[in-house]
Amino acid sequence: MSKVKPRGKVPKKATIDEVIEIKTLIRHPMHSGRMKDKDGKNIPRQIINSFKVDFEGKEIFKMKLEPSISTNPYIAFPYKAKKTGTFNFEWKDDSGNTYTMKRKMTVS
Amino acid sequence: MKTIKMINISRRNAIVLMLGTAGYIMSSGIAFAGKEQVLKRIDEITKGKGAKELDIFLDLPEIAENGNQVKVNFEIESEMTEKNYIKNVYILADGNPSPDVAKFSFTPDMGMCSATTRIRLSKTQNVVLVAENNKNEYFMTKSKVKVTIGGCGG
Repeated sequence: MSKVKPRGKVPKKATIDEVIEIKTLIRHPMHSGRMKDKDGKNIPRQIINSFKVDFEGKEIFKMKLEPSISTNPYIAFPYKAKKTGTFNFEWKDDSGNTYTMKRKMTVS
Repeated sequence: MKTIKMINISRRNAIVLMLGTAGYIMSSGIAFAGKEQVLKRIDEITKGKGAKELDIFLDLPEIAENGNQVKVNFEIESEMTEKNYIKNVYILADGNPSPDVAKFSFTPDMGMCSATTRIRLSKTQNVVLVAENNKNEYFMTKSKVKVTIGGCGG
């Protein structure tokens, strides 16, 4: 399996009550369990099945992913900036691996 | 004068042939979710209440050349306060092997209800969005996407 690598784009600075957009992308094959490899064998299902975002320990956004989500899942969502803090991103896949990422934001 | 040679196919034979081909195509394909299964899922999500059709902004291409990467973006005009907010958004597709595509869970902290992702569509089909607010009211909208090359490894 290729290396799983999470990436994210969060504005470093924001003003109070500004609605910012957070973009994330994780490199993952998302095998739906229906693809076949070169020898005609079924590739077993292996997908990212959940995504969660916390801000300063409080959950702000969650998503459940199914095999119908594309390879290298891209997820973008809004957030209303209130205070300075850290976002915690967490992806989980079918074999129980967890991938995390942290991003800081300064609010003035 | 030239005579054009043709293989003689009677009308009856032609019909039998067409039916046979159609039957073969249908039986050889993968089983798709279909409209009934999507309706069943909506029933499960809304716990039998049903969803009101509402004009929700669901941005999907009319024609997707590649079904492997179809961008979906939606925006629901709603307050995002503790008293009144959109809690869950479900994306369903009636032409994929299974109806569920994704479930988004929102919180009032987000300020607005919107999200973007990329999905796989195996053929031309309807994409259905079902939204649930914190008062357990349900809303839905759908959009048809024409798919040129399918994206489910079929």
